This record gives sequence, C-alpha cells and structure tokens, in this order.
Amino acid sequence: MKILVCISNVPDTTTKIKLNGDQKSVDMTGVQWVINPWDELALTRAMELKEQSGGKIDKITVITVGEKTVEPTLRKALAVGADNAVRIDTVPTDDYYVAAQIAEYLKKEPYELIITGIESSDYNGSAVGGMLAEFLDAPSISSVSNISFEGDAFVMKKAIDGGNETVTADTPMVAVVQKGIAIDPRIPAMRGIMMARKKPLLVEAPVEIEALTEFVNFEMPKPKPPVKMVDAENVAELFRLLHEEAKVL
Amino acid sequence: MINFEFTEEQIMIQQAARDYAQRELIKDVIERDEKAEFPTEHIKNLAELGFLGMLVGEEWDGGGMDTVSYVLAMEEISKVDSSCGVVMSVNNSLVCYGLEKYGTDAQREKYLKPLARGEKIGAFLLSEPEAGSDATKQRTIAEDKGDYYLLNGTKNWITNANSASTYLVIAHTHPEKGHRGINAFIVEKDTPGITLGPHENKMGMRSSDTHSVMFTDVKVPKENRIAEDGFGFKFAMKTLEGGRIGIASQALGIASGAFERALQYSQERKAFGTEIFNHQSVAFKLSDMAVKIENARNLCLKAAWLKDQGKPYGTASAMAKQYAADIAMEVTTEAVQIHGGYGFVKEYHVERLMREAKLTQIYEGTSEVQKIIISRSLLK
Repeated sequence: MKILVCISNVPDTTTKIKLNGDQKSVDMTGVQWVINPWDELALTRAMELKEQSGGKIDKITVITVGEKTVEPTLRKALAVGADNAVRIDTVPTDDYYVAAQIAEYLKKEPYELIITGIESSDYNGSAVGGMLAEFLDAPSISSVSNISFEGDAFVMKKAIDGGNETVTADTPMVAVVQKGIAIDPRIPAMRGIMMARKKPLLVEAPVEIEALTEFVNFEMPKPKPPVKMVDAENVAELFRLLHEEAKVL
Repeated sequence: MINFEFTEEQIMIQQAARDYAQRELIKDVIERDEKAEFPTEHIKNLAELGFLGMLVGEEWDGGGMDTVSYVLAMEEISKVDSSCGVVMSVNNSLVCYGLEKYGTDAQREKYLKPLARGEKIGAFLLSEPEAGSDATKQRTIAEDKGDYYLLNGTKNWITNANSASTYLVIAHTHPEKGHRGINAFIVEKDTPGITLGPHENKMGMRSSDTHSVMFTDVKVPKENRIAEDGFGFKFAMKTLEGGRIGIASQALGIASGAFERALQYSQERKAFGTEIFNHQSVAFKLSDMAVKIENARNLCLKAAWLKDQGKPYGTASAMAKQYAADIAMEVTTEAVQIHGGYGFVKEYHVERLMREAKLTQIYEGTSEVQKIIISRSLLK
C-alpha cells in the first residue's frame, strides 16, 4: 500500500503579511517558507501508520505543485521521513488547477490513500482534497481527525455535532485531515536530514489546464480600535457603550 | 570570499533544535532547575534526534554534521535550557571529538559508537580540587603496573558525572616529567573503586549533574590509554579548543534567549502610557544587546568555519568563548533589568538565564584563561 501526502509550501505562520501596491498579491520578500501545518501533521500520521503497519504500507510520497524554490520544503518532508517526493513544475494558481495537476499524476501512478490538509494556512482555499477526489472519481472523507489502518482498510474518525463518526471506504480514497490527526509534527532527526538529499525528488511537467478563479484584490483587516476601560462600579456606562458605540445590545 | 548563507541542511538542523527546545524543553525547564533534576527523558529524545553525536562521522554512527550546524543547534537548545546544552556540548565536543580524533579503531568501535548514537553519555575529567585552570598540576596518578594502570585521585566539577557511562580521565603517569608525564584514559564508570561525591548544589545549570569523582585503586586496562605515552596534556588542550566552540555557542544561546524574551516583553509592557520599547532608554538597551549577540554569533561561526575547513581555530574559539560568555552575562543582566520586578521572579525565565550565563565565564577555561590564550597568540 502507498500513501500520497499533498504538501503546500506556505509562509511561516508568524509572518507579517504585507500586500503589494496593486492589492492583488502578497509581498513575499524575506518570507520563511514552511510545510503547511496541517500537511505536516498529515505526514506525521502517515509515518506512524507506515511504522505500525508491519510492512503493509511500504511507501510514503509527498507531492506539491510549485516552482523549484519550493524544493527545500519538500526536502524537509523527506528529512521527516517520506520515501520520495514529486514536484509538479508550475505556479499553483488556484485549487482547481492544483487538484487537476495532482490528479494527472495519480492517473499515471496510483496510490491507495491520498491525504490533504484541511486547508493551507496561506490562502485557505480548502478545496483541493474534494476536487482531487472528484477528478479521480474516488471517495473523499472530509474533516478527518483520526486515521487508523485495520486489516487492510483505512478507517477514519471525524468529529460531528455531539459525537464522533467512523467511516471507511474503498481505496483509492482521499482523506482531508484536520487538527488532531497527529499530536505534534515530527521533528526530523540528523540521519533523516542527511538522507534527504539522497532520496528521489521527481520533477514532473504540468498539464495544460486553465485555472477557474483569479484574485481580484486583498484587503488587510481593519486595525482594532483602542480598548476603553470602564470603572467596575459604572455599569450604566458599560451598557451605554455596548448599546451606542459597539451596537451589540 | 565571504559567504554568510547557511545551507539547507544547516537551516533544517537549526529549525529542528528550535522546535524541540520551544516545544518540549520549555515545558519543565523551570521545575527541573528548581529541583536540580537531570533531564533524562529529554537527553534520550535529543539522542534519538541525533544531537548528542552530531559531529561524529557517519562511519562511527554519528550525524556527520559540520561545526557550523553544531553552533546553530547549541544556540537554539541553550536559549531555553543550557543544562541540556552542556550535556550536548560535553558529549559532542569533548568526549566524542577526543575519541574520534585521537582514539584507536578498537577504542572508537567500543566506546565512540554508543556515545555517538547517544545510547551512552560521556564525561571529561580534567579539573581537580587544586588544578583547574592550571591543568599541569594534576594530582591524580595513574601508576603503570605492567598490564594495567592503577588510578588514584579526585576530580572536581565533573559534568555528567553520574549520568555518564564513559569517562575520559586526565592523570599523571610520570609526575617528574611535568606536562609531558600526563596521559588520557578511557575509564568505564562502573569500574570498582570509583565513588561519586554528592550532586553539587549549583547557582545555575542546576539540572546538569555535577559531582566530584574519587578514584581509589581503579584498574584501567593498558589499551584504554589514548594515543602515545605522554600525549595526555596535548590531548586535553586540543580537545578543549573544540569544547570552547560548544560553550561559546551555549553562552550565545543564553544571551539570545534572554534577549528574545526582553524584546517581546518590551513590546507588551506599558509604562507612562506606551509600550516600554518606545522609551529610548529601553530601546537602546535592546539595540546594544542585539549588536553584542550578533558579534558573538559571528565569532562562534567563524571558529566553527575554521574548524570545518581544517584550519587552526584555537585562538578563534578562545575569542568566541571569552566574548560570548562575557556578553551573555551583560545581556542577561539587562534582560532582567528590562523585565523589572517580573525579571526577578522565576516564571519569566530571565533570572535563570542570568544565573546560567555566569557559569559560561568560568568553566572550560575562565574568561581570564581565554585572554591568556588570545594574548599569547598575539606575539606569534
């Protein structure tokens, strides 16, 4: 069995976001790039499943759509423990475009389980997993918070209102995973870091597909107004402010 | 040609060390300091990640990393917990380095490999009650008994004394020959005749385990002497050259850890109607701290780079150690000052970092000893 983990290359989550003058793109100067946190957890869980499977799961591949500059992020995933990496050599423009590119690769090279993070922490598109399953005509399970490997089947748990749901499906299948899938992302060991360069990193040409959406503009959130302190005794003033200024009462 | 770019692997190692420190070490560092408790579990985890033998070549089961990576990792670990930092430093740059560089293949196979894998830890036994900086005045005697040496004497301030399995012991075999009569030996800690003094109740780095070690008629096999007869003093001096890079980077980490906390605090704490960073008296302090840290980091990296290039680095590592240790004391003191009353209580970490900084000016050669080394190099 093989698991494919889809990786997004995103700015470090502590990055201060600045927009370019045209308001249509983000200024990426000086940004530190990392594996999208949900994808990193997905990879960690995939590694755990492989280790516990007694050899039944024998390969974990990470894939991303991006130009050569994203390769350090893929090599980090290799250092963490993925067996090989695939980069589809094009700029990821929107969810549809990315999902279509990965689907093309999967048509040539099938995997039993495909995992995507629930969203990427940069553009929060949240659609690649679902679209990918559609392209492959495969089942997809969303908001998965636990994956186990029982017998020869992948069993998923997801939180629903007031409880948990357990789901399984025939492979190939797509699991869209969220928080809880692994406790902490795995830290690469020295040996893994040394081996990362020796592991295969395949570069694939993209297929020609039109993106379906384009960015019109971005807006920064409005700065928070200053906090008004109200004396603890002055309840009437608090109500007046909530009613007249905050307009929440 | 000058290149200040780190490689992808170096950045990955720095990030791995940072992730472990900020995620795991931070959880119990205050408690361990207070109880003076050895970080057994953390050392096991750091060993699994490969940090304890990161400088050892892959053929001896080490990480095969360069010294620049080691500086980056030591800084990140020591920003949070320099007790773990010192375990890492002693194991990597004194014990493993000494065995890898000067040991025989049989010694490397038997002793270096488990140390490089981090399954065992090592200790370096040089200081004595009356021989610290003046290392030629060793009173520990290893008497040649034909097929073994008989070891007698006392070593002081030994880091990892209780947790280590492998000791590297410096002792006189021929006291009449002065420093040419000194040898270095590999001694297994569980050899009969070795006893430990109580755990030292220290001012800082309280969770590293420091003891005195007494040797009473301890038999050391002949094959456990390192290199040719009389090499011990040179062995100690050469090994300490590399050790200084570790301790310099540890001091750097203590300084930058305190600086990061002070910088953050200065942007949160308000006084006189604004964040204290907006008061020039605070902003200039932080600016001075930043310059000192940058200088210390560059000195550490320069010494590491020289070592990686196979060039002489003894003076560079002495400069790095003296400067980084001295500024660690200054920077941590200012970090406490910026925190005001909060800096004086334990939960804000900076008082602990200040206590830890002090030791970096003392051990593995005091700042004054570094100045002796540096000043002697000026006349060459």
